[in-house]
Amino acid sequence: MSELRFDQVTVRYGAGRRALTAVDGVDLTVPSGQVVGLVGESGSGKSTLARAAVGLAELSSGQILLDGVPLRHRTGGRRPLQMVFQDPYSSLDPRMTIGDSIAEAVPRSGPPRREEVTRLLELVGLDADRAQAYPGALSGGQRQRVAIARALAGQPDVVIADEITSALDVSIQGTVLNLVRSLQRELRLSMLFISHNLAVVRYVSDYIAVMYLGRIVEFGPAADVLGDPQHPYTKELLAAAPRRGATSLLDPVAPRLSDPAAQAVAERAVQVVAEAEPADPHHPPAGCRFHPRCPIGPLVLSDREHCLTIDPTTDADRRRHRAACHHVAGALQPVTTGSVSKEDSL
Amino acid sequence: MARRARWIAVLRTPVGAGAGVLLLAVLLLALFAPLLWSDQASAIDTEHLLEGTSSQHWLGTDSLGRDIFYRVLVASRTSIMLALLATALGVLAGLVLGTAPVLLGRRAGRLTTALVNIAVAFPGLLLALFFAVIFGVGAKGAVLAIGLAGAPAFARLTQTLVAGIAERDFVAAARIAGVGRFRILLRHILPNIAEPLVVNATIGAGGVLLAFAGLSFLGLGVQPPAYDWGRLMGESLNGIYVHPAAALAPGVAVVIAGLAFNLFGEAVAKGLGVPALVGPRLRTRTPETVPAAPVDDEAVLVVKDLRVSFPGPITPVRGVSFTIHKGEIVGVVGESGSGKSLTALAVAQLIEPPGQVEAAELSFLGAPLLGRLADRGSAATRRRLLGTSFAMVFQDPMTSFNPTKRIGVQLAEGAREHQGLSRRQAMARAVDRLRAVRVPAAGRRARQYPHEFSGGMRQRAMIGMGLMGAPALIVADEPTTALDVTVQRQVLRLLETIRETDDVAVLLISHDITVVAQVCDRVLVMYAGRIVEDLPASDLATGARHPYTRALLAAVPDLDTPLDEPLAVIPGRPVDPSAFPTGCAYRVRCEFVVESCSAKDPELVGADHRVACWNPQGRTVLGIESIRTGQR
Ligand SMILES: Nc1ncnc2c1ncn2[C@@H]1O[C@H](COP(=O)(O)OP(=O)(O)OP(=O)(O)O)[C@@H](O)[C@H]1O
Ligand code: SF4
Ligand code: SF4
Ligand SMILES: [Mg+2]
Repeated sequence: MSELRFDQVTVRYGAGRRALTAVDGVDLTVPSGQVVGLVGESGSGKSTLARAAVGLAELSSGQILLDGVPLRHRTGGRRPLQMVFQDPYSSLDPRMTIGDSIAEAVPRSGPPRREEVTRLLELVGLDADRAQAYPGALSGGQRQRVAIARALAGQPDVVIADEITSALDVSIQGTVLNLVRSLQRELRLSMLFISHNLAVVRYVSDYIAVMYLGRIVEFGPAADVLGDPQHPYTKELLAAAPRRGATSLLDPVAPRLSDPAAQAVAERAVQVVAEAEPADPHHPPAGCRFHPRCPIGPLVLSDREHCLTIDPTTDADRRRHRAACHHVAGALQPVTTGSVSKEDSL
Repeated sequence: MARRARWIAVLRTPVGAGAGVLLLAVLLLALFAPLLWSDQASAIDTEHLLEGTSSQHWLGTDSLGRDIFYRVLVASRTSIMLALLATALGVLAGLVLGTAPVLLGRRAGRLTTALVNIAVAFPGLLLALFFAVIFGVGAKGAVLAIGLAGAPAFARLTQTLVAGIAERDFVAAARIAGVGRFRILLRHILPNIAEPLVVNATIGAGGVLLAFAGLSFLGLGVQPPAYDWGRLMGESLNGIYVHPAAALAPGVAVVIAGLAFNLFGEAVAKGLGVPALVGPRLRTRTPETVPAAPVDDEAVLVVKDLRVSFPGPITPVRGVSFTIHKGEIVGVVGESGSGKSLTALAVAQLIEPPGQVEAAELSFLGAPLLGRLADRGSAATRRRLLGTSFAMVFQDPMTSFNPTKRIGVQLAEGAREHQGLSRRQAMARAVDRLRAVRVPAAGRRARQYPHEFSGGMRQRAMIGMGLMGAPALIVADEPTTALDVTVQRQVLRLLETIRETDDVAVLLISHDITVVAQVCDRVLVMYAGRIVEDLPASDLATGARHPYTRALLAAVPDLDTPLDEPLAVIPGRPVDPSAFPTGCAYRVRCEFVVESCSAKDPELVGADHRVACWNPQGRTVLGIESIRTGQR
């Protein structure tokens, strides 16, 4: 059990005109034994954050701490952070048996490899005699189980799961999510669970962090964030998530209102959202990064010009859910991580 | 394994077999000729100096009266051995240079990459001569010279191959597990690049043989008394007008041996590589494929009784029939292995041998793609029709783009080939199409490489590539898997807009039933290579009748899924296409089994809403809850 903390983490790719800040001054804590779900659109920096944590991406500034101690990535020895990748088809070496793939991740100082492989395969619900199989002979769900077993082989304190079910079928997705949840509870793992699917994140997470263009724009206990979202982007994500029985989600329409002025604003808001240009991370907008597609921002309401210039992340800590928005609905009431128990959040 | 099958397939092709036999003969000759004929080759016959062809000396004799025929045979060992040595040296040096980025880390790696790039720019022959001068004349010097001259090309190849593998997640996973760089290279990277490297080395050996003969011919290579083909050529050159055979024979030997290496390598490369858009070996089940029914003008794609099979034999797609009309969006759902992708690939003519496609009818825009009628029309016409009116969007845009080429160039390529646009026109169209699929700053983005795009943007670019022509049908295989909801929504909306503005039909394949429900007019549910339900999308939420469709719907978590219980899952696992059970394939996982289920596979019956099930559930509209609780 360990706490993973991102402290003002910035990751930049490239240099000069092509430079891109994929993660921009992120503060995020994964409390010990808890699951933090990270959602956000593609390109928002979720995977970069994960890769930075395991040493696959270099930090440009800031630091990542495990139980208050900055992480170091050495070869050999135990690696306290492990990651499960999105695509089980490319995350296992096609020319290595799955037993060898798992054994490779068992630390040298650890338990005897053969027994450990057997134990891990059984832990993730696979027959131990499949150890000699090559990944090609396994289904996607089985491969993802192997990938989870390999991550656990490193005896990690924290597991990072990056979109681990998005390449899987729904019927298999269910079993993998059930497995993740039971393993996490059994082993009391701390976990950063990344997914673009809010319904999936909701199912496994104690906390939810919402990321937009390299920044965390909202963070709080899962039930609170979903039940009372503060940031307009979170609201948009919620509106787009599948709900039982809903058929077409494609084109939101403005409500019919009696007041023509209010009607105009509502229609404008719908239009702004529908026409939203996908954000270009090479040229993040000034002020609030969400303003070009914000339904309650300066493009809809003319009195909100400060959104164009003043960055709402600087004083986000003052707001409910640390929301990076000048116009959040809720009261000014900072949340503290770790103080909310799982029962409270459900 | 499939790999071995492909090797065998290579040897079965005429070129592959011929080159293989030739190569074997050349290698055997090199092995045994010196043992058998050394004496004859060095026997000095002072009676016959510098003679022409005779019954005693087939190719004549040299200035010491030695038999040239035997000398050519015996020289094969020296020639081939030195060529192989030089190739090996080139590959080795190339490997060292090419894998340096992995071992040395980023900065030093970049330096070696730059060095290789400069070295590759020099002509090989020039480099070889340069090194030959440095290392001095003689066999050893020549091996070093030619080997090192070939190194940059192999280094470049290795770099490209390594870059492809090093990007893969399993390498990242090994690094996270704390595996050292050298071990990663040895255990993960080299085994995965060995095959293409060996193939290319074989091809290269042919060229090296030629180069070596050249150096020896010039007197820079093998020195007397040793001799190889190049030196034999040089010695006989003076007499070429008198005794042409003596000078030509070693030359012919060089060419034959060189060709043997070269052709064999090429044949293997072709067999193991993945050539794009090769028409499948087509065969019809029913000989008469003339569309009997009145031709449906509105039909873009007609598929009747489609089957896809592989040697084994397995038949992952067994009798799939459907029609797509103009401007219609049809969704196909089903789990992995249900045959969705193979159905799409068969429609796109992308199933490669030994895979086989059979159908009672498979026609696109009224033109048959299979069978006699298709055979009569030329393959070129068919390819052209597919190239301009058909677009395919793949599951993983990262692997469908070439990582080393700019996005814009890749979009433009197809248009130049199929529509005959100039480079500039094609590029302008590419930028325009990128803009049409709403890639921001399209002009600048067109000059970027695939890895600089985010996942959603790559997928849009892929769709943009499909729109370079004027497609009548877009087949999209899992286009939004791995995209988050907002981007997914934009990609789907993009498909919908394209459908509306250009009346394009879309076949949308997805394992995500909520995606399909959102955009499609009609939904086909596949299980074990068959369509088990075909229903209007509007009926999906409440009117699904097949037990599998209903289970699939219940397995999707949503924002109302209870958190305190495990997610609904479909018990059991998908059936293995190599062993379909008799009767209904869903039988082992189904909870509504009746007696007939194990006896006979149910037919797909019905008009607007077709179901293949002996015990379909609830015609009367059920509440969502009852669908949920229908699960175990
Ligand atoms: N080249 C091949 N040789 C042999 N079998 C194959 C080949 N390609 C596919 N198959 C088999 O055919 C079955 C159906 O494959 P297909 O890719 O069409 O499924 P799918 O429904 O698209 O699955 P996914 O959602 O994973 O893409 C699989 O069981 C697979 O093993
Ligand atoms: S700060 Fe302004 S633009 Fe940004 S999200 Fe809030 S209201 Fe919208
Ligand atoms: S035919 Fe029988 S086994 Fe198959 S889905 Fe229907 S009820 Fe279930
Ligand atoms: Mg597929």
